Amino acid sequence: MDLFEYQARDLFESYGVPVLQGLVADTPEEAAQAAAKIGGTVVVKAQVKAGGRGKAGGVKLAHTPEEAATAAEAILKLTIKGLPVNRVMIAQGAAIDKEYYFSVLLDRSNRTFLSLCSVEGGMEIEQLAEERPEALAKVAVDAIKGIDLAKATEIALAGGFDAEIAAKVAPVFVKLYEVFVKEDATLVEVNPLILSKSGEIIALDGKVSLDDNAEFRHERAEMERDVLDPLEAKAKESDLNYVKLDGEVGIIGNGAGLVMSTLDVVAYAGERHGGVKPANFLDIGGGASAEVMAAGLDVILGDPQVKSVFVNVFGGITACDAVANGIVGALAKLGSSATKPLVVRLDGNNVAEGRKILADANHPLVTVVDTMDEAADKAAELANK
Amino acid sequence: MSIFLDKNSKIIVQGMTGSEGMKHTRRMLAGGSNIVGGVNPKKAGESVDVDGTMLPVFGTVAEAMSATGANVSVIFVPPAFAKSAVMEAIDAEIGLAVVITEGIPVHDSASFWAYSNSKGNKTRIIGPNCPGIISPGKSNAGITPWNISGAGPIGLVSKSGTLTYQMMFELREIGISTAIGIGGDPIIGTTHIDALAAFEADPETKAIVLIGEIGGDSEEKAAAYIKQNVTKPVVAYVAGFTAPEGKTMGHAGAIVSGSAGTAQAKKEAFEAVGVKVGKTPSETAALMRGVIASL
Repeated sequence: MDLFEYQARDLFESYGVPVLQGLVADTPEEAAQAAAKIGGTVVVKAQVKAGGRGKAGGVKLAHTPEEAATAAEAILKLTIKGLPVNRVMIAQGAAIDKEYYFSVLLDRSNRTFLSLCSVEGGMEIEQLAEERPEALAKVAVDAIKGIDLAKATEIALAGGFDAEIAAKVAPVFVKLYEVFVKEDATLVEVNPLILSKSGEIIALDGKVSLDDNAEFRHERAEMERDVLDPLEAKAKESDLNYVKLDGEVGIIGNGAGLVMSTLDVVAYAGERHGGVKPANFLDIGGGASAEVMAAGLDVILGDPQVKSVFVNVFGGITACDAVANGIVGALAKLGSSATKPLVVRLDGNNVAEGRKILADANHPLVTVVDTMDEAADKAAELANK
Repeated sequence: MSIFLDKNSKIIVQGMTGSEGMKHTRRMLAGGSNIVGGVNPKKAGESVDVDGTMLPVFGTVAEAMSATGANVSVIFVPPAFAKSAVMEAIDAEIGLAVVITEGIPVHDSASFWAYSNSKGNKTRIIGPNCPGIISPGKSNAGITPWNISGAGPIGLVSKSGTLTYQMMFELREIGISTAIGIGGDPIIGTTHIDALAAFEADPETKAIVLIGEIGGDSEEKAAAYIKQNVTKPVVAYVAGFTAPEGKTMGHAGAIVSGSAGTAQAKKEAFEAVGVKVGKTPSETAALMRGVIASL
């Protein structure tokens, strides 16, 4: 789960990382109130998970509450990199002397953690890595030893800080590492970390990604409510693994790899059928019972863009006859709310029995196709009608 | 021959008495695996009747090993306790630990991997979040249905469980030496490269199918390794061409971050070293049938 800037700010604050005041607003009126509460010059910042907000007009300075309202009104109308702006953060203004960069993240390739640090912050990190790679320090962090004050100082010095500033930023790095570990994050990034004109180190903008697998040991319901798409939230309630995409063919399958593969095969088939695309990723897991199948179909049919549904199951642990019974049971459960054609492909254990169950049920919405490639083609064809 | 797992493998199950552990212990036994016991500190000293086979339950992995001579552990322990279960297997220096558990926090996997490094990596770890490893006709350590395919000359290594099953099913007429699911998490023990090296050295394996997916750089590294070290024919498949940037696709590790970890880049890396890449699983299987026919 990727957090919004204001969520990262709040998290930082709770760990004692120095941040400026920040309040969220969903309307120009709320923006004016927040600006009045903070007082003085504020910055109105679009809350979208995309870089380049400044260039897109998503960050504006306001000297009065009225100006904050006007700025918020303009920003709330924006779409930045395809993402609509639904919320702004009103942040206290800062007198910036220097801008730095710090992050700690999961380094998959080396199966450990990695800290990136540079005395040259402010610009996007990809740009810095490309234009001035020598200015960006990459320091491996042992998952057991972590970042203590000595390690933090090593990182700061590697990033080009002089000893005096290194002594100031190192304790902040230690706190940011604490956020990384205690919150089960896969990324904690501060860009820019600033030195203010009055000599303070402040985390001015932050990016945090949290590991969904660690949800069981955290209380994240409130953060999730703000982050998830409504259909994704609904799927999550039923413990389904769902990702909304922008297409017409609803997809249900078992196993993440098979579902990803199904999306690809449908996209290829779509090239022959008016460019239709997969509408979602939905993995119902190994079980594929009637309840899970019904919950999955319910989520997919809740997406108004969906024109057809492709159910692609390999019967391994759960044999095909059980899956077929699940599909028949799900359709009975959904009754008249199931309105879109379903293409079903079953393969694997007890495939003959499974196909027979579907043939005997003879449901008007269901077409059974033997192979994955042909079934994808049929589903794409039906979505293009 | 086969890799990492054979007829002589003696398997214990950590978390055997839980519902998943029991279900799959039963399946592994039915498929002919030599399961010699389970581990659960709360039920140490008891015996469990699994469809007529009496299996002893031990308090620790080390006790189970000294009592039974076990050299493989399959781990079904729930996510919250998986880290300590894996560390226990590492401490006992068991030869192979297969971590089936899905949903282990990545900080925990990073910790047990760092721990394994600090102990000299004496235990081969497969997974987490994987179907395990099967050498058909010999042994099965994990949840792969044992009856999909018989033994044969094809080695299979995959990040995905169901795509492993699908590929075994498509190639069942030819047969599999070993199929190993390395898992879909961001941090895993055994990698594509480890499996490639073992298949290259295994005389029974004549050709290799490699299945990858978006996220990380395991496939790119595998391609570079194949160029330098693998003489047997390899056919690859990569899932996730249509996955959007920044979204986790089911597997915790299946995510395109910025321009890194795309299916296209992985496909190109394979093709650049002469590895054919199937567009769909069935096309990949067809490519492999062609390879076998030409041997």
